[in-house]
Amino acid sequence: MMRRTAAAAVALLWSFGANVQELKAQELKAEVIHWWTSGGESAALKVIATEFTKAGGVWIDNAVAGGVNARAAAINRTIGGDPPTAMQFNTGKQFDELVEAGLLTDVEALATEGKWRSLIPEAIAKATTRDGKMYAVPINIHGQNWLFYNKAVLEKAGAAEPTNWTDVFVTLDKVKAAGLIPLAFSGTKTWERNLFNAVLAGKGGPEMFEGIYGKRDAALAASLEFKDVAETYAKLRGYVDVGSPGRNWNDATSLVIQGKAGMQVMGDWAKGEFVAAGQTAGKEYGCTVLSDKGGGYVMGGDVFAFPKLKDPARTKAQVLLAKIMLEPETQIAFAQKKGSIPVRLDLDTSSLDLCAQKAMKWLADKNQQIPAQELLSPPDLTGAVEDAISQYWNTPSMSADAFSAKVASILKASN
Amino acid sequence: MPARLLRLPSRFVATLALAPAFAVMLVVYIGATGWTIWISLTNSRMLPGNVFVGLRQYESLFANERWQVSVHNLIIFGSLFVLASLALGFLLAVAIDQRVRGESLLRSLYLYPFSMSFVVTGLVWQWLLNPTLGIEKLVRGLGFEAFRFDWIVQQDMAVYTLVIAAVWHASGLAMAILLAGLRGIDEDIWKAARVDGLKTWRVYVSIIAPMLGASFATAAVLLSTAVVRLYDLVVAMTNGGPGLASEVPAKFVMDHLFERQNLGLATAAATTMLITVAAVAAPFLYWQSKRQRLLAR
Repeated sequence: MMRRTAAAAVALLWSFGANVQELKAQELKAEVIHWWTSGGESAALKVIATEFTKAGGVWIDNAVAGGVNARAAAINRTIGGDPPTAMQFNTGKQFDELVEAGLLTDVEALATEGKWRSLIPEAIAKATTRDGKMYAVPINIHGQNWLFYNKAVLEKAGAAEPTNWTDVFVTLDKVKAAGLIPLAFSGTKTWERNLFNAVLAGKGGPEMFEGIYGKRDAALAASLEFKDVAETYAKLRGYVDVGSPGRNWNDATSLVIQGKAGMQVMGDWAKGEFVAAGQTAGKEYGCTVLSDKGGGYVMGGDVFAFPKLKDPARTKAQVLLAKIMLEPETQIAFAQKKGSIPVRLDLDTSSLDLCAQKAMKWLADKNQQIPAQELLSPPDLTGAVEDAISQYWNTPSMSADAFSAKVASILKASN
Repeated sequence: MPARLLRLPSRFVATLALAPAFAVMLVVYIGATGWTIWISLTNSRMLPGNVFVGLRQYESLFANERWQVSVHNLIIFGSLFVLASLALGFLLAVAIDQRVRGESLLRSLYLYPFSMSFVVTGLVWQWLLNPTLGIEKLVRGLGFEAFRFDWIVQQDMAVYTLVIAAVWHASGLAMAILLAGLRGIDEDIWKAARVDGLKTWRVYVSIIAPMLGASFATAAVLLSTAVVRLYDLVVAMTNGGPGLASEVPAKFVMDHLFERQNLGLATAAATTMLITVAAVAAPFLYWQSKRQRLLAR
């Protein structure tokens, strides 16, 4: 009897709670499709969800594992006439066609009102703007070409902390001589491309990077400077271990953490692995961006886009969500959890780690930055270049000339 | 008269009962296939569009190096996988056919890999074949320092590692089908062979194997479907690498459909796969239906 009463009470309470939720839901319900499923990622997203709930919204989480799958789900639903309230993309060209097809609603009014363009870096603002209107809210910036190194390993090998793509080879040689893996590497297409892009940015410089991926200048791909980049990249083959093909990026990071490898070129999301292992930037591990010509911090990141909706209540939820994403508190708390840096330049970032501090300095200076490949090229061009890079990396007999000819022909075909 | 009245509605009812299945087939299979072919003739990228560009997608498809490598790999994989699975399956079936002790246990053991998904199979073999984690490390640890088994990281050998894993996965199935066939062989044939003084292996190769034609064909068809849809094993095991070395057509389609947002090229590749399969399957189906008609006569 007691038990039955208790159950009835619980049921009553539960239905009451459900009613309240339904009431609220009628006001500001937001279903958000995203791919942030790992520990640090979901903790970061929770920051937005919590702020949104505090502001009176109801957050409906729709996490789809894997960026490709999440985007496919969101795009299919948008075309099918049942769009989510908000959907995640990487900063760049992934949502171009949705804008062209008139499926996205712009956030220009909010951007003007909040003076967003004066707050965020120009490259990011440009990457979210189509035909003069802002179509997505940037949430964070990820540096893609960091070099993370194990300080103890370098010290033991008697090697200096590298700063550019020339002296890094001295360091790599010393680590190799010490009998350790010089460069921790994850030999899959994505990371083979990422490593190449790091060399292209650091050795070739910002102009070369934007000339290849932005202007798609085939002549540039045939230049001596590009061949120099290709040769530097090829030289790195001699510093990875035999187990690298097919390895996950986080397994490569853990080689650096454990002191089995000297360093890794990776985006700043790798910091999550160091943090999880209880290591601190500047203490156990160091971070830098290798640059021969000065500048060259490759910036990517994530944005949220908002499909056009018929229900005015849900449109209101979109406005609230967009506003909250760029609030200073959200931005800082999000960046701390995610390992990224905020998109706003006017924040007090003293609570972020050493690497993020460095990044914020570059963020303030336009000459230090390079927009990431996905900000400049559409996905199928990125994919074609990726195939070429992967082939080059894995075929030691392929010459730098053959590689640059291949890249040039891909760029020519895309124009 | 009443019988005739009853017959008409029953045929009508039968048609009615089959209508949903027929509609599903029409819309889902024929409709979706037709739509795929149409999209392959347009310049669609992320979203399906209706701008007709003729065969331009096919031109860029056949000029695409990754596609060429994918097709080449599928031919190597397909022929080796089907032949090796049939051969190994036959040997396993013959071994079990010797009325060994613990037959049912062995049969389950051999069939066991087939109960695993390709993703799990791929992952397990990726670890086994990884030179710093798996077999190579184990053997070197036993003192054979010069031992090398690093096919999975070698560009020209990676596709054969797919064959190894897939054969491990599927030869149990071939065994089960062939064993059923073996058990259906008339005892008198064995007796006759023994009277003639033939050696056992000779009976298997020259008499029994040809008699198992139907079983071999069934197993081969089942294995061939695994060849065409080869995707998950590759994703789990090598992800197409090193470089493009183990790319396959289905992965080309999937990557271009979603990640690379190029519907036109992806559907052109899918259509090419369909035509190829049809070209291979059509003569076979024709031959089978003709045989059946002959048998029925």
